[in-house]
Amino acid sequence: MDLAVLLPAVAFYAFAGAAILFAFGVVAARNPVRSVLFLIMTFFSAAGLFVLMGAEFLAMILIMVYVGAVAVLFLFVVMMLDIDFVEMRQGFADYLPLGGLLAFVLTVELIVLGASWSVSGKAQELRQAPISGDTDNLRAFSEVLYTDYAFFIEAAGLVLLVAMIGAIVLTNFHKKGVKRQNISAQVARRAKDGVELVDIKPGQGL
Amino acid sequence: MAEFLTMLFDTSTVLGWTVVTLLKVLGFVVVLLISLAFILLADRKIWAAVQMRKGPNVVGAFGLLQSFADFLKFAFKEVIIPAGTDKLIFIMAPFLSLVMAFIAWSVIPVAPGWVISDLNVGILYLLAISSLGVYGIILGGWASNSKYSFLGALRSTAQMVSYEVSIGFVIVTVLLLSGSMNLSKIVEAQAGGFWHWNGIALSPITFVMLPMMVVFFISALAETNRPPFDLPEAESELVAGYQVEYSSTLYLLFMIGEYLNIVLMCSMVTILFLGGWHAPVDVAPLTWIPPFFWFAFKTLFIFFLFAMVKAIVPRYRYDQLMRLGWKVFLPMSMAAVVLVSAWVVFAQGGA
Repeated sequence: MDLAVLLPAVAFYAFAGAAILFAFGVVAARNPVRSVLFLIMTFFSAAGLFVLMGAEFLAMILIMVYVGAVAVLFLFVVMMLDIDFVEMRQGFADYLPLGGLLAFVLTVELIVLGASWSVSGKAQELRQAPISGDTDNLRAFSEVLYTDYAFFIEAAGLVLLVAMIGAIVLTNFHKKGVKRQNISAQVARRAKDGVELVDIKPGQGL
Repeated sequence: MAEFLTMLFDTSTVLGWTVVTLLKVLGFVVVLLISLAFILLADRKIWAAVQMRKGPNVVGAFGLLQSFADFLKFAFKEVIIPAGTDKLIFIMAPFLSLVMAFIAWSVIPVAPGWVISDLNVGILYLLAISSLGVYGIILGGWASNSKYSFLGALRSTAQMVSYEVSIGFVIVTVLLLSGSMNLSKIVEAQAGGFWHWNGIALSPITFVMLPMMVVFFISALAETNRPPFDLPEAESELVAGYQVEYSSTLYLLFMIGEYLNIVLMCSMVTILFLGGWHAPVDVAPLTWIPPFFWFAFKTLFIFFLFAMVKAIVPRYRYDQLMRLGWKVFLPMSMAAVVLVSAWVVFAQGGA
């Protein structure tokens, strides 16, 4: 078999298999920190799949944003949680029927979906459409995002801005009576603002 | 025999490509590790010279073999794994930080064509990998099951995540000027003398780019936990931060990773702002020196600045560090992105 065909296929199954295994690890791991680590490995495998599709820009962004920032915050929160493992496993029997039912429904849905899905004749064509010739990823993205969808991306940016301001307003409390450092006032302060020279006569005191 | 050799090094075949890439990787690793031994010594010597001491001077002539003696000492000590640690993660963390430090080097072009992988998104790859370097520290700190380690890890992570943001924006300004994310192309865009280098170009945009180089340099200090931003290991508060429980080889791995990251940051300053492997002026005696040595010389010069900063600047307070990152550098670098894009569109007529 031709190596140019074989290698991507091997890489695809390796990444896809790893993604599924790690995703299972996320729910199966007993220690929540290890769960987050499995989640990170899942992100990695997904990034590998992106690279195989020729979308290296997306892969890098996935690693930078999700692995580099979001998962770090996850880790922060999970590490600082005070988790009682005994208490956590107490309700297992109570939730088993409901959880099992949900899992069953989802599995049936997935099977039905998988059975009715077929590869479109145009799949190969569609998959290769974004990577047209010499244009690299970034240019291909920006030529679509900042021309045809310019207003949508601006709107998305506004939504994010509103969300950010909302989050800051909700969490930012200024406690009264806390001394804060005002750097510019500190730097602008001169000797004559703080020091007073008094000429004291001997024997008299102040 | 000759036929076999040409086949072995023919990069168009799978075998040849693998062999050549492996040799390149080996070359990078060997050169990096050996130069790291002397860079470590230089760091200590510079620090000592500023304090009017001699520094390491016993092992070998002028103490040249000090790093190798240290290496042997680390390697032959006992690995102590404290009780109550998450053993797997405790051992994994230093390896992780070492591996992340090494694989970042795979996209660094040290001379024309001297690069392991000439990625199109090279600079994004560097950003992605440097954001992964956090994991070695935070996992090491958490797995140690010690309050000092954990606090140090939290501090370090918060610090690295904060300064990554401004580093990202500074890099965007360079991308806008060079018009490419490929590191080799960024260097080539600065060819033709030092007045074309991004950081010190003879054009009005230098009023933006020179401060950006300084911002990048200071952020690099914070990103690599170097003094004056070495709060994660502030010994007066946290003993040694995330490294408290590490001993022997595991500690050595952390230290090599840290210094590799420092040299990486120095080489990034060289590539992004100081014209990479280009000679300052393209005239006869300077062009005889091979490009690699120009790259190495500039990188070492930036490292000298790193060492000087360590010697002469006192440690920052943590809230001041956060203020500097979020309230000073971030707005500055964002404004720089706007100014540089305006310059590229209106003055250079590019897009």
